[in-house]
Amino acid sequence: MELIMKQMPIVLHSLNLGFIQTLKLFILTLLGAFPLGLVIAFGSMSRVKLLRYPTRFIVWIIRGTPLMIQLLIVFYFPGLVLHNPIWGGGELGRFTASVVAFIINYACYFSEIYRGGIQSVPIGQEEAGLVLGMTKSQIFFRVKLLQMIKRIVPPMSNEVITLVKDTSLARIIGFQEIIWAGQKFMKGDQGISGAIWPLFFTALYYLIFNGVISMLLGKLEKKLDFFR
Amino acid sequence: MTILDVQHISKSFHQTEVLKDISFSLQQGQVLSIIGSSGSGKTTLLRCLNFLETPDRGVIRVKDETLFDADDPMTQKPSEIRRKRLHFGLVFQSFNLFPQYTAIENVMLARTLLEKGDPSYKSRKKQILEEIRSQAEGLMEQMGLTNRMNNYPHQLSGGQCQRVAIARALALQPDILCFDEPTSALDPELTGEVLKVIRGLAEKKTTMIIVTHEMAFARDVANHVIFMDDGRILEQGEPTEVFGNTKEERTRQFLARFQNEQI
Repeated sequence: MELIMKQMPIVLHSLNLGFIQTLKLFILTLLGAFPLGLVIAFGSMSRVKLLRYPTRFIVWIIRGTPLMIQLLIVFYFPGLVLHNPIWGGGELGRFTASVVAFIINYACYFSEIYRGGIQSVPIGQEEAGLVLGMTKSQIFFRVKLLQMIKRIVPPMSNEVITLVKDTSLARIIGFQEIIWAGQKFMKGDQGISGAIWPLFFTALYYLIFNGVISMLLGKLEKKLDFFR
Repeated sequence: MTILDVQHISKSFHQTEVLKDISFSLQQGQVLSIIGSSGSGKTTLLRCLNFLETPDRGVIRVKDETLFDADDPMTQKPSEIRRKRLHFGLVFQSFNLFPQYTAIENVMLARTLLEKGDPSYKSRKKQILEEIRSQAEGLMEQMGLTNRMNNYPHQLSGGQCQRVAIARALALQPDILCFDEPTSALDPELTGEVLKVIRGLAEKKTTMIIVTHEMAFARDVANHVIFMDDGRILEQGEPTEVFGNTKEERTRQFLARFQNEQI
C-alpha cells in the first residue's frame, strides 16, 4: 500500500495524459459519427436503389465485423498492402487512423438508430406539414427532427457509453490512450515496473467519465419530456 | 359562384381502382358532406384535392384556375404544388398536431414559415409576427380554447386537439376546408364540441367538404350530399333528397344501418 501511494503521483500523471488522448478520440468520433451517421441513414432509406443497397451493404459489413479488425485494417492496409503508408508510424498517424476507423464504425451504428428514429415519426406529421404548405426541409427541421431526437436519445446514450469503453480498442494499433498509459508500468516506465494496479486503476476513469455522461444524457432526456 | 370544380377524377393503387370517374362541383360558402362506407374512396378523394395523392385522370379547378389536369404536365410541377395546396385546408381524423409545439404555436407555425419567404419579411418582422399571433389568438377564442392556448397537445383532450387542428387549418385562410372523419377518433362525449365548431363555421359561410359517418350531422350541416360507394358517386343532391327521397337501393341499405341512430 505504501508503495502504491509512492507510485501514485507518477501513475496518475501518466493516466491523465492517456485519458486526454482517450477523450480526444471520444469527442472526435462523436463529432464525425453524428453527421456521417445521418448521411448514411438517408442513404439506407433512399428511394434510389443504387444508393440504398450499397449503403446497407457497407453498414452490414461494418456492424458484422469486430471494430478491432477494422482498426487494424484501417491502420495497416494502406502501408502494408498498398505500399502507401498514409498514416505514418508516429503517434499522430495512429491517432488519425483510430479516429477514421471509429467514425466509420460508429456512424454505421448511429445510422441505424437515426433510421429507427426517422421511421418512428408518424407519416401524419409529414402530411400535416405538407397540407400546411411547408417545404420538405421545413417539415424535417421544424417538425420531425425534435420528435426524432426525443426517440433516439435513449438508444444513442447506450452507444455513447459503449464508445467510451471502446476507445480502449485503439490500444491495438499502439494509440497511447489510457489503457496503454496504465499498461506500460507492467513492463517498466519511470522507475516503476511489474505494477499491474495502474492498469486496473484505469477502470475508475471510465467509470467516473461514464457516470458524468449518463447524468448529462439523463438531463437531456428529461428536457425533452415536455412533449409526447 | 362555383369555387371548386372536379371533373372525371380516377385513381388506382396498383391494380385497385379506388376512385372511378368522380365529378362534382361546389359553390362558394356551401358545405358538402361526403358519406359512404369505409373503403368507398372518400378519404382518397380528399387526399387528391390536397395533393397528397395524384389522380391518374381528371381535372381539378378552383376559382377558374386549373390546379390539376392529368393530361397537362405543366399543372403538375412540384414547385407549384406547395402554393396550390394552400387553396385547401385539411383536418385529419387523427389530428396530427405537432407534439413539441403548444396549441397556439401549432396554429402559428405554418403561417410564420410562409411569411418568412416574403421579401419584406425582415423589415416588417415584428409587425408580421404580431399579426400572426393576434390572428391565432382570435382563432383559439373562436374554438373556445383561450385558456388552453399554451398547453401542449398531450395535455389536451381529443376534442380540444381536433379544435386546435381546425384552427391550424383556418390560420392559412384556405378557400376550401376539408375534414376527413373529424370525429371518428373521438370519444362519443367529445364529438359534440367538434361538430359544434364545424356548425359555427358553416354559419359563417365557410366553404367546406366534410367526410363523416355522423349522418345526422351530415344532413343538417350540408347544402349538398354525395354518397360514395366502391369508388363511385352513386347519388348526390340536397340533403333532403339524398336522405329523404333516396333513389338508389345501395344508399338505402347504407342509411338503414344508421336508422337506429335517429337520423
